[in-house]
Amino acid sequence: MSRSVSRRQVLMLAPLGAAAAAGVGFWSMLSGMGSGRFDPHDIHAPAVNRRVPDFMLPSQAPGTGFSSQQLAAQQAPVLVNFFASWCIPCVLEAQTLVGLAHTLPIWGIAYKDHADNAAGFVKRTGTPYARLAADGDGLSAIDWGVSGVPESFLVLPGGLIRWHVAGPLTQDNISGGLMPALRGAGR
Amino acid sequence: MPNGPSLNIPELGHFALALACCLALAQTVLPLIGAHRREIRLMATAPALALGQLGALAVSFLCLAQAAITDDFSVQNIAENSAVAKPLLYKITGIWGNHEGSILLWCLILALCGGAVAAFGRNLPAGLRARVIAVLGGTAAGFELFCLTTSNPFDRIWPAPMDGQGMNPLLQDPGLAFHPPILYTGYVGFAVPFAFAVAALLEGRVDAAWGRWVRPWAVGAWCFLTCGIALGSWWSYYVLGWGGYWFWDPVENASLLPWLTGTALVHSAIVVEKREALKIWTVLLAIGTFSLSLSGTFLVRSGILNSVHAFANDPARGVFILGLLGLVIGGSLLLFALRAPRLAAGGIFAPLSREGALVLNNILLCSICAVVLTGTMYPPFASLLFGATISVGKPFFDATAAPMAIPLFAVMAIGPMMPWKRAHLAPVLTRLWWAALGGLFAGLWAAIGLRGLLPALAFGFAVWVILAAGADIAQRIQMFRLPPSQSWRRARTLPRAALGAAIAHAGVGVTVIGLAGMSQAAHRIVEVHAGDTVDMAGYQWRLVDVADAPGPNYTARVATLVISRHGHTVAVLHPSKRTFASQSTTTTEVAIHTNLITDLYAVLGDEHRGVAGQPDTAVLRLHDNWLAPWMWLGALVMAIGGALSLSDRRIRVGAPRRATAGLSVGGRLA
Repeated sequence: MSRSVSRRQVLMLAPLGAAAAAGVGFWSMLSGMGSGRFDPHDIHAPAVNRRVPDFMLPSQAPGTGFSSQQLAAQQAPVLVNFFASWCIPCVLEAQTLVGLAHTLPIWGIAYKDHADNAAGFVKRTGTPYARLAADGDGLSAIDWGVSGVPESFLVLPGGLIRWHVAGPLTQDNISGGLMPALRGAGR
Repeated sequence: MPNGPSLNIPELGHFALALACCLALAQTVLPLIGAHRREIRLMATAPALALGQLGALAVSFLCLAQAAITDDFSVQNIAENSAVAKPLLYKITGIWGNHEGSILLWCLILALCGGAVAAFGRNLPAGLRARVIAVLGGTAAGFELFCLTTSNPFDRIWPAPMDGQGMNPLLQDPGLAFHPPILYTGYVGFAVPFAFAVAALLEGRVDAAWGRWVRPWAVGAWCFLTCGIALGSWWSYYVLGWGGYWFWDPVENASLLPWLTGTALVHSAIVVEKREALKIWTVLLAIGTFSLSLSGTFLVRSGILNSVHAFANDPARGVFILGLLGLVIGGSLLLFALRAPRLAAGGIFAPLSREGALVLNNILLCSICAVVLTGTMYPPFASLLFGATISVGKPFFDATAAPMAIPLFAVMAIGPMMPWKRAHLAPVLTRLWWAALGGLFAGLWAAIGLRGLLPALAFGFAVWVILAAGADIAQRIQMFRLPPSQSWRRARTLPRAALGAAIAHAGVGVTVIGLAGMSQAAHRIVEVHAGDTVDMAGYQWRLVDVADAPGPNYTARVATLVISRHGHTVAVLHPSKRTFASQSTTTTEVAIHTNLITDLYAVLGDEHRGVAGQPDTAVLRLHDNWLAPWMWLGALVMAIGGALSLSDRRIRVGAPRRATAGLSVGGRLA
């Protein structure tokens, strides 16, 4: 008798247990959203914590193109930035990139863009890309897992992608995401 | 300040809201103490406090309405969501078109439920009544506190802007204007069965009378929820212009989940009422349904779920909500864990019986609910636990929920024909042979005529369900066995609950036929010049022209489309695009011609200037949605069935003493 009662009691506790587990999950999501650790709207690039894909991209005026080997051979972290002249958030992002270029070399890749338009865009916005390549048909971007422009990847020496943002770089995601990732990389 | 005389009205509303919150707190504490100590005078405060809280909230809501109608843009909520040029109807409905206002509406409906129990529950035992009202008061107090502290609709801004920012133009539509109140009434209505469940756990007693008191409230809330979901689905069909009606969006799922468990509750409460069985399960369903209503409504606003229904997301607000949910849901489930094992088990029945069929109904409905819940919650939990980005959509739900619905349809025709306690399948099936034959023929016809196995199955079973509902009624009135006059007399004295159940079941069949038909919908996207004709689905669609048209707070481009068949004009459609200058947004206005068998549906897309002397072109999306109106018609039929069963005399006189008092339970619907 007492055994059956206790089993019954355990069974009746099950809904509370399930609700409590869900509650703990929601609470950690909410606290993660508050501190920026958890973002349900974030697109996790499959590329993060993997090596950069193999590519060899031609030059885009006014810079010179680069390949995955050259990127991996760097001695310091590099920010790879996909952009396009037809992309309005890229215009807004340009100012942030100019400021960021003092602390971190930025290598640009013009995504699905005409060479003339991209060159004009870089001149107009004054974005100081250390190197500049063209991905005219956007095929390399598929390997990177780019979902749209602008999109930026922090690449460590050796070619490991450490951090990624889909969308424009802002002061918030620089101080909250990029800089911690850089410090974690030993700088 | 645009309106001098109304200077203090928002403050009055704010004060009334705070007053309502205080009254709700008192409504929780005093009757609970009274019920515990068996002090009649303390228990008797419950109805008065509930009505007082309702009055205060009504004043608060009217104050917000007054500010909205008189364009008081010093109120932040009005400034952000309204504008001078907005039509009056939408100034009123816009009150609940935003987060703060909708929470206030939510509280008001909860207070209405409390008020209804207070006003019409005089036949309830004093202790139960006091506890039910107290639980409703506690829930209301929590949400009023939420409204006051994190989502105050009466916040002022200084300086007041000359004009507001306007409402999202998509919401400027009669369908959506009334969708939230009806849906919320459904959600919040389940608070009453919840309160009854918690009160029963506090008292430690569930009996047939409890089932009889709970069921009308559950049925009423279920009717509203059914209508609310259908209205939302219909809105997305004719406003969004995607040609779809259900997108398995988290917010849609959030309304479907309590509907599924609520449907299970409506059925299991019958077993409690008639046979005193399934008591613990019914209590759990009542708690679960309201818990799902709550979680759905509020998770959407915390930003955890990715949805097209954008509320201003704020994690800080989310934490408050989560705490509140933990209190309400966690508290009630803790009480359940402590008290439910001690509830006495009830009647015994054979697996093959009316009770058995209702248990199967509950199992299937709850399984579908579990599947939908899993699919909805998997993406955020996968992101939290594994860091993976996953989206779960239509393919998952189609592959999992639909196969479980088919056996449900198979059984729901047989269940109502079975006797209580113990049944035999053979006599039931002999009475249903012609329904089975009809369903089989319909299924075969559909298998030949329709694409896909699932639509054909659904079609066949839907016809089976409708015919079986007819057979149920025919058998009850002894049609074809007695002379028509006697059958008619029996029909008039037929319990309305039985008639309502049959109608609601037939409504499910109608909806399923609509769903099966809609899966066959044809559509084409074409780019045409004025004067061109497109052939689709046996109709000739000719674009006559695209012209400008003025509107109250927008400008429109209206296309004229003539649809003909065999040389006869069937319909003239005017799909249009509206540009709202104040929000610099564009909405599409779908044009639909329906003959109740098929919907001809046209959407105007982009227009392109002709190059080098070429005429301009317009992109049109044309749909032929077969049987689409049946989906919503069926939902209406379901709700009518529910309402009819609410008006049953047996529910009204279910009270032990005062025969007329329970009437109001049905009256709430009217």
